[in-house]
Amino acid sequence: MPSLLDVLPSQFGFIIEGLPVTISLTACGLGLGFLTGLPLAILRVYGGKSGRQFVAAYERVMRSVPPLVLIFLFYFGIQTTVFEIPGFLAVTLALGLCSSGYQSQIFRGALESIGSGQMDAARSLGMSKLQAIRRVIAPQALRFALPSWANELATMVKDTSLAFVVGVAELMRRADYVRAATFDPVIPFLVVAGIYFLIVFPITRIAGTWGRERKRLVAGV
Amino acid sequence: MIDYLGILLEGLLVTFELSFTALGIGVILGLAAALARTYGHKPVSYLANAYIELIRGTPLTVQLFIIYFGLPSLGLLFSPTFSAIVALGINSGAYQAEYFRGAIESIGGGQMEAALSVGMSRTQAIVRVILPQALRLALPSWSNEAAYLPKYSSVAFLVTVPELLAKAKVVIAQNLKPLEVYVVVGLIYLVTIASLSKVLDTVYERYKFTVE
Amino acid sequence: MTKVVVVRDVWKSYGKVEVVKGVSFDVEEGTTTVIFGPSGAGKSTLLRCINMLHPPDRGTVFLRDVDLTKASNKINYYRSKFGMVFQHFNLFNHMPVLDNVMIGPRVVKKIPGDQAKQIALEALEKVRMKDWCNHYPSQLSGGQKQRVGIARALAMDPEVILFDEPTSALDPELIGEVLQTMLDLAKEKKTMICVTHEMGFARAVASDMIFIDEGTVVERGSPEHFFTNPVNERTKRFLSRLTELYGRHESRSEVADEK
Repeated sequence: MPSLLDVLPSQFGFIIEGLPVTISLTACGLGLGFLTGLPLAILRVYGGKSGRQFVAAYERVMRSVPPLVLIFLFYFGIQTTVFEIPGFLAVTLALGLCSSGYQSQIFRGALESIGSGQMDAARSLGMSKLQAIRRVIAPQALRFALPSWANELATMVKDTSLAFVVGVAELMRRADYVRAATFDPVIPFLVVAGIYFLIVFPITRIAGTWGRERKRLVAGV
Repeated sequence: MIDYLGILLEGLLVTFELSFTALGIGVILGLAAALARTYGHKPVSYLANAYIELIRGTPLTVQLFIIYFGLPSLGLLFSPTFSAIVALGINSGAYQAEYFRGAIESIGGGQMEAALSVGMSRTQAIVRVILPQALRLALPSWSNEAAYLPKYSSVAFLVTVPELLAKAKVVIAQNLKPLEVYVVVGLIYLVTIASLSKVLDTVYERYKFTVE
Repeated sequence: MTKVVVVRDVWKSYGKVEVVKGVSFDVEEGTTTVIFGPSGAGKSTLLRCINMLHPPDRGTVFLRDVDLTKASNKINYYRSKFGMVFQHFNLFNHMPVLDNVMIGPRVVKKIPGDQAKQIALEALEKVRMKDWCNHYPSQLSGGQKQRVGIARALAMDPEVILFDEPTSALDPELIGEVLQTMLDLAKEKKTMICVTHEMGFARAVASDMIFIDEGTVVERGSPEHFFTNPVNERTKRFLSRLTELYGRHESRSEVADEK
């Protein structure tokens, strides 16, 4: 059996091939979470009482259910009742829905901090509520939400590691593969930890800087 | 459904075991790291920072596998449950450290100055003045982390710990109804976390008033 | 003279609290009406009932001959006929000054871009903020922000301009520039309804003053009436407190007058 150090370069190559998959999973999951979360946040802030209650319950559920459970639910649950579902799709749906609970919260906080005065001013010009949201509230809210959203991006990258349970060939699965093939229990995971870190750490740093920026701006308004 | 609920609840007990123990470890590690970062000398502070950033910058899954597969290679043979608790504890500690650090820094230099000027040593100031206030301040976000630990503990399934998710798999292997069982499991997590949040909120409310 | 705005028996509650209780008054074209009174008396709420931002629970509001309380399907259109200037400016922080003033004509009145830009520049010229076109609101002082707010309202060529305590959030030395702008507008015979404490302003240009306390009209009349012999006890008390507080203030706005 060759020692790990001999095969490390090629094994590393094998692991890093998972990077594009991890990135696509992140993009898809985060995208789904955004497309679902933002409308929900708008519904909660500007919809009536029932809108508020529905979204509050939705957020609760999506934040409490473990991503693994949702992944299995979509992958195995749908498989046996409806149709064959590829692992990638199951993970996207699961992580996307989980994320939508958090993103809904993030955007709600942003919308609420924009303040009713902006809505008043827009409507006093004759804009409809929808026009006001589109042109005045949402642009400002998105900017405000950026630091928290960047943190959510970092979280999503990490959560994609769960995809390996349904056979998606992303970073984690490939690392596990190498472990099984070389019987080295640790180094493949250390390698993959390093790769994740190199992606996640810059994101959280930038998020931190943006967060401090935002604090400064809010105080000055 | 009633017949397999018992099996699931067995798993839930293990989930609780994981969560509470990990939470305890996390508090100790988190507090230590937060204090080290704020008040420690350069090398200690740097180490604490490295711990926090490395753990928060990598997936829990990876950390879990490193510990689960790594411990035996060091000659330490422990149960999967033990490995999972260690991994969850270390992970939780890093996130708790950030909550504690934020609270400690909010309490601010002014309190430290006041304590020192009265004649306290730094340690006394930290223990008697800063920490009591900081812990109170950190309580809401800490309660949040605490309530959600059962959710994070579900990854222990990956290393054969017989917790809730693992038991769900066992049940499904017998009754072949994955959709139904996973929905039930989801609900169990939901109820568990909601109850924990409620309990912690009530504790927080009561404690808040007796202190100020 | 034609009546531009007619308010009849307007009532408004928030939850169980009645804030506006049966207020009625008329506003004639080309005049400045000053509404004043203690804080929390419902004056801001009343303004928002007039332009239907928060429609009244009971009563009617007429804009010329249109009953706004029954015009809910075209309410945005009629609301654009009012201009509103806010105590906290409410400029759109994510756009530069020019866009702030342009957005109304462009998006609401659907005026093409170049024309809208012209209109905006003229409005900004009027409030002496034309040089600040490309600056962002965060780069402006309070007085500058408020003047842009006024330009934003003017750009819509409104029938009536509503002012909700436009100078209350300003540092004293910045109040003058805003009052000056408002004085100019009043002298051009724009129809204005102003909620304000600035008695110097009222004395200079108001044709009508309305004292509101606890949601109802307590007394109404010309400035001379209020400053020489007000009738109601509550009115007298409020006015004497005001002049104590703002006495020094009035001389400042008179100085602005002379500029």
